[in-house]
Amino acid sequence: MKIGLALEELHRAENDLAQELLQVSERHKADHEIYHLGRDLAGWSHRHIREIAEVGRNYGLDLDPEPESESAWAERIREKGSELLGRRSHAALLLLRDLREIYMKAAGVSADWDLLGQAAQGIKHTDLLEVATRCHPDTLRQMHWAHAKLKEEATQILVS
Amino acid sequence: MTRTDRIAEPWGTRTPYPAGGQWPVRVDTHLEDGLDPGDVDRWVQTASILHSNGDALDIAVKDGRIAGVRGRAGDRVNHGRLGPKDLYGWQANSSPDRLTVPLIREGGKLVETDWDTAMDRVVNRTRALLAEQGASAIGFYTTGQLFAEEYYTLGVLAHGGLGTNHVDGNTRLCTATAAAALKESFACDGQPGSYTDVDYADVIALYGHNMAETQTVLWSRILDRLAGPNPPAIICVDPRATPVARAATVHLAPRPGTNVALMNGLLHEIIANDWVDHDYIEAHTVGFEDLVRQVKDFPPETVARICDVPADRIREAARLIGGAERLLSTVLQGFYQANQATAASVQVNNTNIVRGMLGKPGCGILQMNGQPTAQNTREAGGDGDLPAFRNWSNGAHIKDLARVWNVDPMSIPHMSPPTHVMQMIRYAEEGSIRMLWVSGTNPAVSLPELGRVRSILSQERLFLVVQDIFLSETAQLADVVLPAATWGEKTGTFTNVDRTVHLSEKAVDPPGQARADLDIFLDYARRLDLLDKDGQPLVKWHDAESAFEAWKECTRGRPCDYTGLTYAKLRGDSGIQWPCNEENPDGTERLYADGKFWSAPDYCESYGRDLVTGAPMEASEYKALNPEGRAVIKAAEYIPPHELPSEDFPFQLTTGRTLYQFHTRTKTGRAPQLQAAAPEVWVEMSAADAAAWGLSEGDLAEVTTPRGRVRAQVRVSGIRDGVLFLPFHYGYWDTPSGHEPDGAGRAANELTITDWDAASKQPIFKTAAARIEKVSAGEGPSKAPTNTASAPVSPVGWSTHGSPGSEADEDFPVPGGEA
Repeated sequence: MKIGLALEELHRAENDLAQELLQVSERHKADHEIYHLGRDLAGWSHRHIREIAEVGRNYGLDLDPEPESESAWAERIREKGSELLGRRSHAALLLLRDLREIYMKAAGVSADWDLLGQAAQGIKHTDLLEVATRCHPDTLRQMHWAHAKLKEEATQILVS
Repeated sequence: MTRTDRIAEPWGTRTPYPAGGQWPVRVDTHLEDGLDPGDVDRWVQTASILHSNGDALDIAVKDGRIAGVRGRAGDRVNHGRLGPKDLYGWQANSSPDRLTVPLIREGGKLVETDWDTAMDRVVNRTRALLAEQGASAIGFYTTGQLFAEEYYTLGVLAHGGLGTNHVDGNTRLCTATAAAALKESFACDGQPGSYTDVDYADVIALYGHNMAETQTVLWSRILDRLAGPNPPAIICVDPRATPVARAATVHLAPRPGTNVALMNGLLHEIIANDWVDHDYIEAHTVGFEDLVRQVKDFPPETVARICDVPADRIREAARLIGGAERLLSTVLQGFYQANQATAASVQVNNTNIVRGMLGKPGCGILQMNGQPTAQNTREAGGDGDLPAFRNWSNGAHIKDLARVWNVDPMSIPHMSPPTHVMQMIRYAEEGSIRMLWVSGTNPAVSLPELGRVRSILSQERLFLVVQDIFLSETAQLADVVLPAATWGEKTGTFTNVDRTVHLSEKAVDPPGQARADLDIFLDYARRLDLLDKDGQPLVKWHDAESAFEAWKECTRGRPCDYTGLTYAKLRGDSGIQWPCNEENPDGTERLYADGKFWSAPDYCESYGRDLVTGAPMEASEYKALNPEGRAVIKAAEYIPPHELPSEDFPFQLTTGRTLYQFHTRTKTGRAPQLQAAAPEVWVEMSAADAAAWGLSEGDLAEVTTPRGRVRAQVRVSGIRDGVLFLPFHYGYWDTPSGHEPDGAGRAANELTITDWDAASKQPIFKTAAARIEKVSAGEGPSKAPTNTASAPVSPVGWSTHGSPGSEADEDFPVPGGEA
């Protein structure tokens, strides 16, 4: 059985997505919706990380329930930088790149939840199935958000 | 006839009536000193301009001037009554401060010029930007106070002519969430209810809605029910001790930012006790199971902890809602401008939906508006939505609109939702919007985080056009200022919150060279030579009535169908509710009778959005969810506000309005009785907080947030603990510094946060972390009104009253009966 491996990979991917959301949020502090929602949606991944760690114990895993964090110092530097960058047009291009990255990472996490859901169903592990059923819709919403923001921002940024 | 000081008694004399009865007529009149009604030259039909209620009135004209007002007895909305802002606000029209000639910026200063020079400057910049960057360089930011004809014209020239997606109205700050909440629950804007629901309801629930101050005449209607036989029970949700709270059977004063938790708690009780109309839900809705699942986690004890409201009081409110036979729910800024605005307002819709209380007398929802023509901004295209509730993500609707306008569908921007004002400001900040045309609104005082807004609006690289009637704070930053005519000086229609359409006729000429907003837009379209696909002028109308006829055609077959209306029909007995068409020649009192909605996928205005992320739903998702066009029950998780109190900023700051002022006081500040009633800014705090912070009534205090500071005198009021309140009306136009603070500010928006509800894009004005410090001891009490939500907790030695000239006549033609 390789469910443990898949859970480890998902744990890594959720951490990665949460990091990405937080970093993008900090980088684009002057784009307030990105800033606030990036943090809110990172919170969803943090919740998932705890749930994955919890259910992971059933598969002999010892995953960290706390999200990985960077030092607050690095965060502050980036925030200050983003405020200064706020008036320069290449920051806008960076925003498209960042949203695309979130979209791709969320798609990866979504695929992982699909795999685990399928496996849990096949092997009738209801605990794992419940976690997947509870968390996966959040991932889809993270993905839809990044996609919608991309579509919304693309025109102005690319034609201006 | 009675003479009443309507500053001291804003709701006037009671005319009690029973449940199901006819609201008695009371005709309110106020004329300039010494003018007898018999000496008035003529009476000209219109409706209220300084709030959203849509009270019908006649303007008294004497010697070519506006000399007073009188309520229209036969109108369905007000039965003759007027509020204080109607009775006294008209005086601002003849203020010597009116703009009378166009201004242009020369050598850093605004100087007088003529219309040709000013308009050429605007047109030349438009052409240059179109050539250089395209329509994405140009944005329009309008208001909720022009007429339907004007918004429609602006929408046609901006969307169909220039092809920009950057069009919004200040309704974004005001009632964007009303539209968003209706679009979520019913897939279309349009109020289900009618003001006459007040006559029948046995329970009226007001959510974040201080109706007593925002719609004084509608509140009079409720007061008259409360004074009559079988009065309704009132539920009030508000952190302040508003007049509504004081009249309420149950008052819930939740911690700011927790409305969704509170609503989920109420719905939890309604569902747990099975006060639910299962047949209605089965036949007319989708999504009930999601709601059941979501509210399971919100029992009263949990909600009590989140909201800091006693659990028993939550149960009591739920019992009233659950036991109501005719439930009327109303919502305003306490929900719209707060954390999770749309999600919370949608839960209010859900209380009526799960109880099956829609489309019947007394059973309604009023997602209120704040401005007289906010509904028109939303329906005619002034807020960026496509006109007549067409769906920007439905290709067939774009094609249909292109047919109406005779343009190529590709020339109507529809690749994404319209750009909301906060995003426009952001684009101006990073330099991709380079011309912003502001009409009839004052963002330099009304948008959040004013330091930021001022720095963006005053950028050299931004070409700012301001069309207004006074030299507002925003106009002082403009490159071109266009002097506009206002209410009473031009003709057009406007629609209130319960879909009542009124005609507002020109009574007098505008001052100097000021022009109707419609004429300015028409002139711009003409000078730009905007053409349709056959090379004919895109804008094919030339005055208000021909614009109305064009607008009517655009609404044909859509929910807000105006085709049964004409100017002639709107004259005389006034006030007709849309849809008004061949099928409903006298208009339509209530929407959604028999559980029929406008939510079919091919007809609806919106497929909805994710209530947390704001991401629009795709057509395919919506079709799967709601193939038959039912009401959508949308559940929402609770998410705490982004800025919470901390050690440095221990309070939650909320901003709002007072009865006597409107917006940034451009008009009410120039009406002596209104200005005297609320002359300067104040800050409210509770008695316990005042004691703990060593502050007393009248002390000068400084309120600080991470974004700025404001000085104001303290009013110790009935507001809940932990919350500060500042009125947002007070900017700088009547201070020496003109458009910005000199030292500490007085505009509440110096302090507010740049954050908005992702679903409605409405900025959050009701939760910011703040601290308060004493500057100096007071020399007397604060001058805040004493008969409104700002009432002091203990007597301050005087009470709000008018001067001798501020009495109004109240006429009761048939005592206790109808006119």
